Amino acid sequence: MSVLELHDVHKLFGDNHVLKGVDLAVDEHEVVVVIGASGSGKSTLMRTINLIERVDDGRILLNGDDITDPDVDVDKVRARIGVVFQHFNLFPHMRVIDNVTLAARKVHGTAADVARDRAVGLLEKFGLGEKVEDYPDRLSGGQQQRVAIVRAIMTEPELLLLDEITSALDPMLVGEVLDLVRDLKAQGSTMLMATHEMSFARSVADRIVFMHGGRPLEVGTPEQIFGDPQRPETREFLARITHR
Amino acid sequence: MTDRAAESAAGAAEAWAPSELELERRLTRKRASRRSVLIALVSTVVFAAVAGWLVLSSPGWADVQQAFFNPEIAKDSFPKILEGLWLNIRVLFFATIAVAVVATLLAVMRSLRGPVWFPLRALATGYTDLFRGLPVLIVLYLVGFGIPALNPENRISVAVLGTVGITLCYSAYVAEVLRAGMEAVHPSQRIAARSLGLSHAKTLRLVVIPQALRKVVPALMNDFVSMQKDVGLISVLGAVDAVRAAQIATASTYNFTPYVVAGLLFVAMSFPMIRLTDHVSARMAAREQQGGTV
Ligand SMILES: Nc1ncnc2c1ncn2[C@@H]1O[C@H](COP(=O)(O)OP(=O)(O)OP(=O)(O)O)[C@@H](O)[C@H]1O
Ligand SMILES: [Mg+2]
Repeated sequence: MSVLELHDVHKLFGDNHVLKGVDLAVDEHEVVVVIGASGSGKSTLMRTINLIERVDDGRILLNGDDITDPDVDVDKVRARIGVVFQHFNLFPHMRVIDNVTLAARKVHGTAADVARDRAVGLLEKFGLGEKVEDYPDRLSGGQQQRVAIVRAIMTEPELLLLDEITSALDPMLVGEVLDLVRDLKAQGSTMLMATHEMSFARSVADRIVFMHGGRPLEVGTPEQIFGDPQRPETREFLARITHR
Repeated sequence: MTDRAAESAAGAAEAWAPSELELERRLTRKRASRRSVLIALVSTVVFAAVAGWLVLSSPGWADVQQAFFNPEIAKDSFPKILEGLWLNIRVLFFATIAVAVVATLLAVMRSLRGPVWFPLRALATGYTDLFRGLPVLIVLYLVGFGIPALNPENRISVAVLGTVGITLCYSAYVAEVLRAGMEAVHPSQRIAARSLGLSHAKTLRLVVIPQALRKVVPALMNDFVSMQKDVGLISVLGAVDAVRAAQIATASTYNFTPYVVAGLLFVAMSFPMIRLTDHVSARMAAREQQGGTV
């Protein structure tokens, strides 16, 4: 059974048919990277999985549970998924440690000291040990984004959604964030991510999904997609993005 | 785009119709919302019945009904009170315009930067501090009896004096709301505007104030609703407004029903604004959040 399965998912904003029947599966420990032109619906896809947008048709299964069922408890579903967006969205009025432990303490009912120990452990592991007691605005962009990722993995989500987590960052800081994602992959996290960093996509992805015209137009290993793309649209997109 | 992809994309857009599954889900949602409406209805009816029974079965109800809810007296006093309300509405109209102007000036004065402007800034600060602290009633007495005493020759109408008093008080409140809104606009917006070469004044007028207004619309509307009822206080100056008319009727009938009538009229007057406030707040919330369901 896959961790995430999408069956014929549709999403419309008014007349704008953004997702036109997306079928996709992400297996356990797999890293799937979604690429595609701006406006091709990558973020929308992520948001429907996190139930921030309601799908207009189709079904999304998280470890076999239909999360698009109207009777589902959305908070419970969201608690099973870790999300990091382009902007770090750390809570500015909380210290790093409180940001990271918030969900564990207030949603999952973890004891404060247990949550704290785990958070400090994670922060230290990812080079943020010095920043535990700081407020977010004292951190660099890259550090903030790493804290946001630690916050997302703190409660050991079944699936991690990462939407262009480096595109708001200075190129100098991109590396440290991507290294963290590589570490997570090495530990076996299941991830679905959207990115414009093709070299990174190539190195970290088990599978690449090329979104075009509201659908995954071409799906394959990085070698297949980057080395020998089958569809002319894919070729065109890659040519454009790599020859900038 | 190749022909095949274009074809399949266009085909999907036209051919797509909700699947069985989606239709079933929509039904379930509709059922759930119908159920909550029903529950709300039943609980309202039960609540009203219990409350009504408690009041009607209390021993003093007959006397209370006679003294406060006398239909005859209500009918007799109604025209005079309505006439009074017309005065309240006119006062409200002019006070609103005056408050908008004075409050904006005060807010801008308080937001001026630089040592040259210190006196203006201090003046505006002092003013808002003073008038936010003063009870409206005291301001009305001071303006209503103080200004005529300065100049006993030509009499200013009490309605005008009342309008001035209300304006003095509410300008201070509204100025603070506006200022809070201006400060809530993220500093990066000012920096962005200034770095485009806009002056401080242009930055305020074109970038900061429009965003600030959007943030504080619900608070401003709330102040307006509150002003709508406080115009009833001008009756203490002797202006024959709705409250004063009710007072006169009460004095001649020894019955409190006219006050209830005036009260209901004030509520009726504020009702459209209250609903509008709710509507505007809901719409703004819907626009600001990008997510459909959070
Ligand atoms: N809340 C919304 N309301 C209306 N339309 C929306 C909304 N969110 C997204 N869209 C539209 O959906 C389409 C897909 O947007 P989306 O953000 O998913 O693209 P994307 O692939 O993530 O692009 P990018 O690479 O630039 O991040 C766009 O045409 C966009 O205008
Ligand atoms: Mg996006």
